[in-house]
Amino acid sequence: MLGAALLAAPALAQAAPKVVVIGGGFGGAAAARALHRLGVSVTLVERDATYLSCPFSNAVIAGLREMEAQRFGYDGLRREGIAVVHQAARTVEDRRVVLADGDALPFDRLVMAPGIALHPDAIPGLDTEAMPHAWRAGPQTLLLRRQLEAMEDGGLVVLSAPANPYRCPPGPYERASLIAHYLKTHKPRSKLILLDAKDAFSKQKLFEEAWAALYPGLLEWVPLSSGGKVVEVDAAARVVRTEFGEHQAAVANIIPPQSAGRIAQAAGLTDRSGWCAVDPVSFESRQRPGIHLIGDAIIAGAMPKSAFAAHAQALVCAEAVAALLRGEAPAPPKLINTCYSLVEPGYGISIAGVYQPKDGLLADVPGAGGTSALGAPPAVRAAEAGYAEDWFHTVTADAFG
Amino acid sequence: MRICVALSVMVALPAVAAPPPGASSCAGCHGGGGMPVLAGQPAEAIVAAMLGYKAGQGSPTVMDRIARGFTEAEIRAIAAWVSAPR
Ligand SMILES: Cc1cc2nc3c(=O)[nH]c(=O)nc-3n(C[C@H](O)[C@H](O)[C@H](O)COP(=O)(O)OP(=O)(O)OC[C@H]3O[C@@H](n4cnc5c(N)ncnc54)[C@H](O)[C@@H]3O)c2cc1C
Ligand code: HEC
Repeated sequence: MLGAALLAAPALAQAAPKVVVIGGGFGGAAAARALHRLGVSVTLVERDATYLSCPFSNAVIAGLREMEAQRFGYDGLRREGIAVVHQAARTVEDRRVVLADGDALPFDRLVMAPGIALHPDAIPGLDTEAMPHAWRAGPQTLLLRRQLEAMEDGGLVVLSAPANPYRCPPGPYERASLIAHYLKTHKPRSKLILLDAKDAFSKQKLFEEAWAALYPGLLEWVPLSSGGKVVEVDAAARVVRTEFGEHQAAVANIIPPQSAGRIAQAAGLTDRSGWCAVDPVSFESRQRPGIHLIGDAIIAGAMPKSAFAAHAQALVCAEAVAALLRGEAPAPPKLINTCYSLVEPGYGISIAGVYQPKDGLLADVPGAGGTSALGAPPAVRAAEAGYAEDWFHTVTADAFG
Repeated sequence: MRICVALSVMVALPAVAAPPPGASSCAGCHGGGGMPVLAGQPAEAIVAAMLGYKAGQGSPTVMDRIARGFTEAEIRAIAAWVSAPR
């Protein structure tokens, strides 16, 4: 069977299976490259000419890094022979992707990594030009940075974190830390209040340990049970109202609730939660066979919505797609996630996990994973800050070439 | 018609050895961005390091948390795959 397949391959070269990938972020770009390495003919559909990375964008907001360090292009993929089409995908019909300009791309299998849609409308009064979310790297990131730079010393910065699930569970706390670092070093009479729609969060003990040491009296976390949920804002007046009262902010950064990227909904791939259910072995949609989904858009069980996870899922999904195209069943995978966060320059912490399919979702492998140690010496925090940068170099090189 | 497409699709892809469970995720960190490079290291050295991390030896920042997610058999398979130069 195998021998026959190999012998037959050259004669049928024109029949090479076609896979389309929608979305050229950490998930989609890595999936396109991995599929190409596996001999699949790939077309990547990405709306934007270049990609701006969210990982390390909190450092841009805090003035520690420039936006151009976040930018990645698709020339590396093109050079390898991957077709890259800069169009928005509008919808997915039976075995073809319809693009914004009306063209259609046929596929044998489709991989989608569209990331998230943000829902500022869920918070009455919210205008993201006055109160940026900065939860997609780009103009919003720079707007928030400019607002912080323009703020007078002594101002109140209000940041609000959404309920689960959302992109990058430790992200709001890393952001609060780095903004606090900016205030401490540039505007020391200012204060930051972090309003939270939850009572617990990722790496909480490590963040709280760092905040007590680095930002006492400067950074205050308000959990859901103490009035952390934002119910309404007056964007023009920069007032943020919670269930318990209101805050007059000088700068407000409201991170709204999220769902899978809009194309996932247009293609009928989301469930009532707004996210996409997938098979944890093949990452194939539970709604539409032949379509695979990875990254922030999916319900991944215990695996968080991170760039690390999107990349790990991309590599596993590419193998599964290639196996299915060969007529084989994909083997049950194991996946790793690790999210590094910076609490100040040179001070890194991490959370890691190992995952395997269980009961139709990805579950933690018992006994593995966990966070960096509490009370670790500065040398360990410095090492992890360095490893965070190493990870960023490795993963962006693997995704974008 | 549909069956035809499926068959031609099946035979057109070369068979390649798939990575064992967990092996592709190592590439998130080990790839040349600054963390230790695994490709080209002897598989036995990788097995020894992983079993040490799993047993709590040394003072790694993260590898203990990762190694505990794999059995010795899985570690051996991963080591053989990631040690291959690529
Ligand atoms: C402030 C912040 C900090 C973060 N820090 C980290 C970190 O340190 N580590 C970490 O692992 N993760 C981090 N993350 C999370 C990380 O950014 C996401 O998990 C990751 O980007 C998800 O990848 P993805 O491929 O699923 O989606 P995305 O990266 O959002 O990519 C989706 C792509 O699809 C394209 N697209 C969408 N719809 C269409 C369409 N219809 N047609 C064509 N193209 C389309 C978009 O243009 C985009 O390029 C952070 C996030 C934030 C907000
Ligand atoms: C989150 C990043 C990360 C991931 C994922 C990761 N490693 Fe590591 N690895 C490290 C770091 C950092 C070190 C240095 C030791 C430490 O601090 O934990 C290391 C060290 C090692 C070493 C010792 C190498 C040497 O030359 O000293 C081996 C072997 C290793 N890892 C194997 C693996 C394997 C196999 C996988 C996949 C199952 C893996 N690693 C996944 C970050 C990672």
